[in-house]
Amino acid sequence: MSLLELKNVSKIYGELHALDNVNLKVEKGEWVSIMGPSGSGKSTMMNIIGCMDKPTKGEVLLDGVDIAKESKKNLTTIRRDKIGLIFQQFHLVNYLTALENVMLAQYYHSMPDEKEALEALERVGLKDRAKHLPSQLSGGEQQRVCVARALINYPEIVLADEPTGNLDEANEEIVVDLFHKLHDEGTTLIVVTHDPEVAEVAQRMVVLRSGKIAKEKVNDHFTGKIRFE
Amino acid sequence: MSKRKMFFRMIVASLLRRRSRMLVALLSIAIGATILSGLVTIYYDVPRQMGAEFRNYGANMILTAADEAFTQEDAAQGIGRIAKSDLVGYAPYRYENVRVHESPIVVAGTDPEGAKKTSPYWNVDGEWPAASGEVMVGANVAESFRLSVGSTLTVSYTPEGKVQKGEALEDLTADYKITGIVETGGSEEDYIYMSLDDLAALTKEQGTLDVCEVSVSGGADAVKKYVDQINSSVDTVRARVVKRVTASEATVLTKLQALVLLVTVVVLALTMICVATTMTAVVAERRREIGLRKAIGAPDSSIIKEFMGESMMLGLLGGILGSVLGFIFAQEVSTRVFSSSIRFRPLLVPVTILVSIAVTAASSLMPIRSATDVDPALVLKGE
Repeated sequence: MSLLELKNVSKIYGELHALDNVNLKVEKGEWVSIMGPSGSGKSTMMNIIGCMDKPTKGEVLLDGVDIAKESKKNLTTIRRDKIGLIFQQFHLVNYLTALENVMLAQYYHSMPDEKEALEALERVGLKDRAKHLPSQLSGGEQQRVCVARALINYPEIVLADEPTGNLDEANEEIVVDLFHKLHDEGTTLIVVTHDPEVAEVAQRMVVLRSGKIAKEKVNDHFTGKIRFE
Repeated sequence: MSKRKMFFRMIVASLLRRRSRMLVALLSIAIGATILSGLVTIYYDVPRQMGAEFRNYGANMILTAADEAFTQEDAAQGIGRIAKSDLVGYAPYRYENVRVHESPIVVAGTDPEGAKKTSPYWNVDGEWPAASGEVMVGANVAESFRLSVGSTLTVSYTPEGKVQKGEALEDLTADYKITGIVETGGSEEDYIYMSLDDLAALTKEQGTLDVCEVSVSGGADAVKKYVDQINSSVDTVRARVVKRVTASEATVLTKLQALVLLVTVVVLALTMICVATTMTAVVAERRREIGLRKAIGAPDSSIIKEFMGESMMLGLLGGILGSVLGFIFAQEVSTRVFSSSIRFRPLLVPVTILVSIAVTAASSLMPIRSATDVDPALVLKGE
């Protein structure tokens, strides 16, 4: 059984089909990138997989459970327990330190553990920046805090929406390297991006166009490393 | 780290690290709490303050003889039933008919120090009699006999009932120095005032009292309470309320307290509106943060708890500030309006803090509820 399976999923807003009969399977430990131009349905798909929205039609099976049929309250629980979210704009709480931002995810999940949160920051190379506020961190550092926060509760899937969209080349490489490490550790990664360089380092690339899957490509030379031209 | 510790860590971080934002909210709560605490302090202190003001209009209780006559000792017994803190003063009066230049006139023997306290509205030109041989005369008496401060007044007294048939009337006469002329606009201007001892010396008898005027602070209820106590425990005197004074005092007090209460309620309502507006702005400003919290798994109850915790903490801080500033405000008002200091009421501190917390929490309810409507997918959408 696949970890995630979308069966004939559509999301319709009036006349607009943001997603149109999409079928997709993601296996446990797989690294999938979703690409497409603006308005292709990437964000809609991300919201549905991230349990922040429901499809108009179809089934979304996460670990065998159809999340399309779950209540809002249950979706919050599933999101908390199974999904780690990484955003393009980082979305850190600006009055909490890097450490407290990581502990925030623990707070809602189970029990805040400062030691474990520090270890997570160490994994992303930010242990010495733990007491800094987001405003005192660079964009790349903020994104790494966001990664540490997404990983702290050992989610089934890490869902990253344009994770390198606001980063320079150097920080982009750091973040992609982090994804590579996560993949090596067995984390399932779904990365939504419009950056071909980031998309192509994944094991499999799915291209969306007008709400439909236009192309799927398996990376035969998968290394998990970014190759800048 | 426990969840509770993390909860407080987040609240404290939000208040301290978002100082400029939170200061606005705190200021509105503190101003509300200040006015609330100040007005309630004044509300409870008004009877005492106004009681003292009303004492300028004369005695509010009189003691008379229960049967035929009563002495200074009887009066003292009655006065002894009044708590010292509530007793402004008392003045015993003994009236006798005397003659001045063969014209009949009434002399009032009293305790000048006591009379000063029970009749502070008397306008005295000169001084009250302080030593033996000194008198104060009413303005009408001074005018009739062309008397002035410093002149000498000869008073004659004929002991009634002691004249045997066929005996010549034996007048008792004494000279007194006039120290003051009293103007009241009332019948007091027709009398001569001297000490009880001087009157006893003139009449050659100790005599009994006709009336004892008493001034009690604390409002109509306190006066009524003491009247009942005296009447039930002292047989020789009969206490009565001077209704003219106490009734008008009660009316003014009721109106004044109602006014203060009304202003307090209005201030409370304004504070609630102000806090609700500020909290609405805070929630609107933090929509992304709320969306993020929801995205990483915060249930609605947690969001409500965290925002409510913040607003209650603001209420607590505002309440503490308001208690201190409220007392200073009340003190200032009291000094300017009543020319006296206000009494500190320790109970008002926890009451102000609790009311401040409750008002802040109540006015934050609607904005906080709206926080749960935030859709994380919408507010976290990328550029």
